Amino acid sequence: MLRFLLRRLGYGLAILVGVNLFTFFLFFSVNTPDDMARLNIGGKRITQAQIETWKQERGYDKPLYYDASRQGAERITHTILWERSVSLFALDFGKSDARQAINIGHEIQVRMGVSLALALPLFVLQVIVSIAFSLLLVFFRHTRIDFWGVVLCVLMLSISSLFYIIVGQFLFARLLKLVPMNGFAPGLDAVRFLVLPILLSLLSRLGGEARLYRAMFLEEMGKDYVRTARAKGLSEGRVLGRHVLRNALIPIITSAGSYLPYVFLGSLVFESFFGIPGLGAFVIEAISGQDFAIVRTMVFLGALLYIASNVLIDVAYTWVDPRVRLQ
Amino acid sequence: MKFVLLWTDLALWLMVAAGVAYALRVRGQATLRSTWRRVLRDPVAACAGVVMALFLLVTLVDSLHLRRALETTNGTTVYDTRTLSVLDVLLERQTAMREISYSVPLGTQGFNKESFVDARGQAGRDYPRLKFGGAHLADPATQWAGDVARRGLAGLAGGAVAAALLIVLTAAVLARHHGGWRRALADLAADRTFYPLRAVLVTLAIALLLAGPVIALMPYYHVFGTDRTGNDVLVQALKSVRTAFVIGALSTLATLPLALLLGVLAGYFKGWVDEAIQYVYTTLSSVPNVLLIAACVLMVQVFFDKNPELFETAVERSDVKMLVLCLILGLTGWAGLCRLVRAETLKLRELDYVQAATAFGVGDLALMARHIAPNVMHLVLITVVLSFSELILYEAVLTYVGVGVDPTTSSFGSMINLARAEMSRDPVVWWSFAAAFGFMVGLVLAANLFADGVRDAFDPKARSARPRVFVRRGAPDA
Repeated sequence: MLRFLLRRLGYGLAILVGVNLFTFFLFFSVNTPDDMARLNIGGKRITQAQIETWKQERGYDKPLYYDASRQGAERITHTILWERSVSLFALDFGKSDARQAINIGHEIQVRMGVSLALALPLFVLQVIVSIAFSLLLVFFRHTRIDFWGVVLCVLMLSISSLFYIIVGQFLFARLLKLVPMNGFAPGLDAVRFLVLPILLSLLSRLGGEARLYRAMFLEEMGKDYVRTARAKGLSEGRVLGRHVLRNALIPIITSAGSYLPYVFLGSLVFESFFGIPGLGAFVIEAISGQDFAIVRTMVFLGALLYIASNVLIDVAYTWVDPRVRLQ
Repeated sequence: MKFVLLWTDLALWLMVAAGVAYALRVRGQATLRSTWRRVLRDPVAACAGVVMALFLLVTLVDSLHLRRALETTNGTTVYDTRTLSVLDVLLERQTAMREISYSVPLGTQGFNKESFVDARGQAGRDYPRLKFGGAHLADPATQWAGDVARRGLAGLAGGAVAAALLIVLTAAVLARHHGGWRRALADLAADRTFYPLRAVLVTLAIALLLAGPVIALMPYYHVFGTDRTGNDVLVQALKSVRTAFVIGALSTLATLPLALLLGVLAGYFKGWVDEAIQYVYTTLSSVPNVLLIAACVLMVQVFFDKNPELFETAVERSDVKMLVLCLILGLTGWAGLCRLVRAETLKLRELDYVQAATAFGVGDLALMARHIAPNVMHLVLITVVLSFSELILYEAVLTYVGVGVDPTTSSFGSMINLARAEMSRDPVVWWSFAAAFGFMVGLVLAANLFADGVRDAFDPKARSARPRVFVRRGAPDA
């Protein structure tokens, strides 16, 4: 187990290095820091001096990959690549590129809590509701309930999540005035603001998830142990809830686990539509403000979370299925 | 007049050519033919396919671009700076019917009150008449309902006639095999034909009945209303179909070369090649997708802003942007398919026929190209049809985030984006939203249902998951 974890950690580190190199290339080589400076300062007439100060303020006034004018190890370390990479791996995210530079690390800390408040209940509810709905369909398989349930699923997954949001906001916030349109308040007050996004996000993903889980359950239904359980005289509900559900947990964990990074990173669309100041909204602001320092940091953070959640999924396998050994 | 071949046009027409080539190949191979026959015999998939074909028709009509020759005094030919598609030319009247601002569907009045001074010099505020919508009516208050009903019914009748013609035509074609056209009609009605023609004809008839009134009303009214700048919403929705198609189809196609090549290589050679390729796609897929796409699109945008001289017209510019978006979606999205292809190749290479080929001395390259690649094609096909609808939905999200298509290109994403503000107006402006919703759900639903049919036919494992209640009578369940 320990060896497995260590190896996965090593591989994860290698992947992070890859991600870092890739994003660095993307951000610094396709467009030079001069271009970024010009874009960021804005306006038509920009002097070279302005660009130099901009670069100096943000530490972009060094060579990109290799500094030939230096001696020894400094040739590598006195570059933007080295400095940025080292600070990223030390989880020191530095400041954003915008004129009023903000501390990215601090911002992430504050916003991750907000994102979690939205995404964690959503994640748990999502798994429970999807399993419950698909179990219902499987229980009534070969009947009209199953047929129309699947039709409903296909219909639901053909509708863009943006439609759910706009209609939901219109219906519940504007017509019925049950919840506020958007915004966020800390503490218990947050519930009022979070109910609608959670509900709508749940609905928008239910179709796809339930159909997937239904297929997984049906695959399990064909196995021998199900016949044995029925032969023992167990009721259909018991067979489903006790045996099939447990055995289908592995694919369910795989599918649900792939959402884990987004639990921390927040949902881009839902957060920005509902004015929830989480990480998703942060990313959208950074993209529309073309703040590359933030985007780069979030890409790194996303990769980190992806690797962590994959390890978590593997550990969860051993927990639900004792036959699985991590080697 | 001169024709202009935009990059996405070229890609789309190449795709059509590839589709035709594939169809010819299917005709020649018995196994492929029988599998496709299974897709088409599934009534749901067949109807979905018909709907998709209708959307494809709109797309292709919108993919023939031209620039008009302008008349000059000195005899030289100068071309219009605007690039129009054939669809634009067909809808020229609707495009020209530009109002000042919002108007409700089939409306005759503007949405906002305006100040005016009447003939007697009295100033007042009222809803202005539209410049084009219902402009032929002398007194909209009394004539409007009658006029709309008359034209609508005429259109409906036209649609019905066309549908009836279609049914008779089908019966005439079937008459040979079914022993006379009366028998053919009876068989059609009772759904006793080899392909589910009844369902297909019903779908087409519904489409014609819907299109009839719209076409009849279109020259005189804004059937789906107008948007904030007074443009006809129906025109926008029709133009958005092409954008959705381009994104859905080209992006998936862009994933294929990398996914197929690397997947087969990794599965075939195993060892360090496999390790390296796995490392690359794990790295790629470890970055959240939207972020990766956003990062790439931002970079490209900066590049375009830096080099504005690359494009002659605005249409060319937004077109290249769209193509680049497709490429980015493709280059960031190949990991999933690559994984599938690798796994399948790992399985295939151990099979006897591959071993036999190796024993005969067939080279690695030939083996991969002739014996492995054709046998992973069903995975490719399933992935292509499945991701088509996903990408259409994705485009809307990307446009909302601000990294989607060019703002000047009409797309469902930008329509929804505008609709967001419109829905919070008072009174609410709902028609733009409703039009985008209707068209998008129609397209995506059809794509999803078609994809399900294809998956059921090509992947035997998926078939078991299909709910079986209404199995078609008279047709043996293959």
